[in-house]
Amino acid sequence: MSNSDENPKKSLFSRYGDRRKARIDELAAMSAPRTAPAPVPVGAGGPAEDLTVHESGTIEEKPGVSLWQSAWHRLRRNPVFLLGLTITVVFILVAIFAPWIAPKDPLQGYLIDKVRPQSNPIPGPEPGFPLGADHLGRDLMSRLIAGSRQTLIVGVLATLGGFAGGLLLGTLAGAFGGWVDSLVMRAVDVMLSIPSLVLALSIGALAARPSQWTLIIAIAVVQVPIFARLLRGSMLAQRSSDHVLAAQALGIRRSAIVTRHMLPNAMGPVIVQATLALAVSIIDAASLSFIGLGNPDQRIPEWGAMLGQSQRFIYDNPHLAYYPAICIIIVALGFTLMGESLREALDPKTRR
Amino acid sequence: MLRYIVRRLVQLLGVVIILSMLLFFWLRSLPGGPVNAMLGERATPEQVARFEQVLGLDQPLHIQYVRYMGRILQGEFGTSTAVLPGADAMDIFLARFPATIELTSTAVIIALLVAIPLGYFAARRHGSWLDNLSIVGSLIGIAVPVFFTAFLLKYWFAIELGWLPVSGRQDNLGCTRITKFFILDGLLTREWDCSVSALKHLILPSIALATIPFAVIFRITRASVLDVLDEDYVRTARAKGLTARIIRGRHVLRNAMLPVLTIIGLQVGSLLAGAILTESVFNFPGIGEALVTSFRGRDWGVLQILVLMAAVVFVLVNLLVDILYAVVDPRVRTR
Repeated sequence: MSNSDENPKKSLFSRYGDRRKARIDELAAMSAPRTAPAPVPVGAGGPAEDLTVHESGTIEEKPGVSLWQSAWHRLRRNPVFLLGLTITVVFILVAIFAPWIAPKDPLQGYLIDKVRPQSNPIPGPEPGFPLGADHLGRDLMSRLIAGSRQTLIVGVLATLGGFAGGLLLGTLAGAFGGWVDSLVMRAVDVMLSIPSLVLALSIGALAARPSQWTLIIAIAVVQVPIFARLLRGSMLAQRSSDHVLAAQALGIRRSAIVTRHMLPNAMGPVIVQATLALAVSIIDAASLSFIGLGNPDQRIPEWGAMLGQSQRFIYDNPHLAYYPAICIIIVALGFTLMGESLREALDPKTRR
Repeated sequence: MLRYIVRRLVQLLGVVIILSMLLFFWLRSLPGGPVNAMLGERATPEQVARFEQVLGLDQPLHIQYVRYMGRILQGEFGTSTAVLPGADAMDIFLARFPATIELTSTAVIIALLVAIPLGYFAARRHGSWLDNLSIVGSLIGIAVPVFFTAFLLKYWFAIELGWLPVSGRQDNLGCTRITKFFILDGLLTREWDCSVSALKHLILPSIALATIPFAVIFRITRASVLDVLDEDYVRTARAKGLTARIIRGRHVLRNAMLPVLTIIGLQVGSLLAGAILTESVFNFPGIGEALVTSFRGRDWGVLQILVLMAAVVFVLVNLLVDILYAVVDPRVRTR
């Protein structure tokens, strides 16, 4: 996305001037929380083992403040981050425990007797049904709670899929450079050149029968080029950096350099992007459900689909659209707030 | 400068060729394939075989691709089956494209007019309530799905208050068509009521759509004005005693606009995505609404041209932005 978060390390170094020792210490400390606790792989070979030991040794001598630690220090006192975190945690908990929290069975039409297609298609609130029911007499409150699970599943799986695809492409491009880079990035550019919703629609059209998976795959594919570009940017920035040069000089295999020295350091911006991508996935999923690409099985509650179905009744019952929309907005806002404050905290430029 | 443009055009050509290949394979892998899509599922095997022969589907892939490209270059995308049954797919695109351009450009203009001044003042009064309020506003703008914004605007201002039309692009006034840009047509033919009607229909959809670029443009403007305000040349300009207006115009805003320019180019994609949703909510007859209808009705001919054109337009706009960028910032050319 923006250039500022592609390479936090480099500008970080420049702030510390050219003192070589300080730079290496800082570097070691930065990769420490991720590489040090992991046991040294047996087959990693001599030089790699030496390097790991050396890195850990440096940390023990002089504990630096890692990028993540320092970020956490500031995040702990950042109300925006805490708000985002709270929303996210509550949402995830509700999604996990939805079947136990929901007061009623979300699939059963309790109030179907009160549905009058002509005069009163949507039963209003009554004792036991605080938000009323939908057009099939099902408890709206329970459906909203149960819907959180679908929303979480779609969002997380789509983001994971996009991340995995982007990881593969971006690592290939960033680690090897040269013609591999050109080839992969051209493909990514083409993918980026198709507007996201159009791409998702085209992928959805390929499925003979739309399902939950069509939706997830469509959104995942849309995310792939974004992650790929981001990872490539971070990897490229590191390819010429000192710690990779040092690893190369020590004769470490290329695959080990990529997986153990470059990838972990490229993760910062990627994690930020993943948090933001979750918000986008949830909104995209809702948008796609809204225009009819989604799970055709309307029994299973999902916020986007609920919003889409509510369109038939908006003239007299706009509340049917408000509730799922508010849920989507709050959750998307939670992820966005968290992602934005993470980005800010990890951005060395704002480390003042 | 010319070399830069030529280089970018060559790159563009590559993208379009890969894109056409993707589209070709995409079309072939649609459920049931093109034959089923055109004949329906009840066709007999003999019919299918004859149809395949007529379409050249029994030929090797590369020959099929060349023929396919030939047809695309001549603008033959087949006949619509769902959007406007019987009409030529290309004609549907040509009729609806101006509507989407009207909608998206109005949205961008609204977003620019609000976001740039707001971004500038938020940055100038960094940390003030205006700053914080705008940040919260732009974050909410990101989190609210655009079709919900559109729905709210439609519900409040069109249905409840009845101030503005609920759907469509223009009232049925028997207006003369010249360019198919309805506002422009009304101005050209001096049928003022036609322009006014088109404008009224445009207000709600374009405000809804404007929330997408607004949030992004605001944030970029604010961030880059903050950056530029710290620059030495701004301090120098102040020290020289230049007036605030000149500093604002020549030193701060001009430099701060570079990232904004890029972001507008990148926003074309999400604008189009937003247009799909906004047009659906307002039944606004643009290409977004056609996309949804053709998708729902499995109208592959129309879907095909719309996907291709969406991508081409996106790439072209980005090329234009890049060239504009090179004009504004000479450093880009030597990259």
